[in-house]
Amino acid sequence: MAVAPVAQDDEVAAARPESLSDLFWSFSLLALQGFGGVLAVVQRELVEKKRWLTLDEFVEDWAVAQIMPGPNVVNLSLMIGGRHFGIRGALVALAGMLTFPMVIVLLLAMLFAGISDEPAARGALRGLGAVAAGLIAATGLKMLPALRKNTMGPTACTIIAVLTFAAIAVARVPLLGVLLGLGLPACVWAWYRLGRA
Amino acid sequence: MNLVMTPSDWLAFFGHFLSLSLLAVGGAIALAPDMHRYLVDERLWLSDPEFSSSIALAQAAPGPNVLFIALLGWNVGLNTGGYGAAVLGMLLAMCGVLLPSTALTYSASRWAHRNRTHRAVRAFKLAMAPIVIALLVATAWLLASALYGKAHAGISWLLTLACTWIVWRTRIHMLWLLGAGALLGAFGWV
Repeated sequence: MAVAPVAQDDEVAAARPESLSDLFWSFSLLALQGFGGVLAVVQRELVEKKRWLTLDEFVEDWAVAQIMPGPNVVNLSLMIGGRHFGIRGALVALAGMLTFPMVIVLLLAMLFAGISDEPAARGALRGLGAVAAGLIAATGLKMLPALRKNTMGPTACTIIAVLTFAAIAVARVPLLGVLLGLGLPACVWAWYRLGRA
Repeated sequence: MNLVMTPSDWLAFFGHFLSLSLLAVGGAIALAPDMHRYLVDERLWLSDPEFSSSIALAQAAPGPNVLFIALLGWNVGLNTGGYGAAVLGMLLAMCGVLLPSTALTYSASRWAHRNRTHRAVRAFKLAMAPIVIALLVATAWLLASALYGKAHAGISWLLTLACTWIVWRTRIHMLWLLGAGALLGAFGWV
């Protein structure tokens, strides 16, 4: 991810969540619209419709939500809730993001368990899985343009990306090994390049 | 599958999710390969179809993709017995995977916001970018290869590649793709 533009100090969001329940229902509605992932909906709802965030703030928050461990959109809801209502806001936003989708996904799983012996149901799920794999790959590919401005340079980025893919997909190295073996040297290299830039 | 899990097994289960939480850089889905290694290959708590169907159902449902972890816990619980165990598995999995990361994110996001121009913060962001991207593509690769055993492998890969391209390059709503995938599968074409 490229360095996020620093938000203008004189530019502030036009609106904010009115109350904890506003926060809860807003995030619930948001989560329930997100098929195959919530990110696209977050940007449209919170920046364009509700105006809780300016675009600059959104990009900056997203960069942090993305690099911190944990589900990205869950992290983002924590950060936005926390900014307006402290720790209570963070928990309420998190609850909004997870409660209803969790109930729905369990209902789906139970529904599917009842028919999981039907060849058509198994087939449908295989088809869904094939699409789901495509959605995940595309999410990664959509982030490629962010590498263009990466200070580490295109060669280093390509090497790191290819090695990461090979380690995970081919050699089946545990994630921790990849983060230590590739992430640490990458951090050192980025640190060095930033010093020269 | 009929499974017996002792309290210490549940503790190990919870501990594994706890330990993975802070490694979920790039989203919870980045944990999928390691969870597959642990739950399916090592512990035999889940079968391959159960694992892939958890991910596929969570992707098909609205909401954050992290809910596939709730389903993994739910299915491990179901394999040991009734719905009580399933709810226990679900709660342990979700709490385990979310507690460390949310605590860290909440405190760190404030710190990072204050220090966003600091060289170390910028170096970390830059270094993680290619890794996070490759991780997503590798996850998709692993999911697809676990899914397609023998039959129809060629057409299924084609469907995955087509979806990748469509989502990457066009603005077609994902719901249409998921629906099309389910239909093609139900008719036995993929």
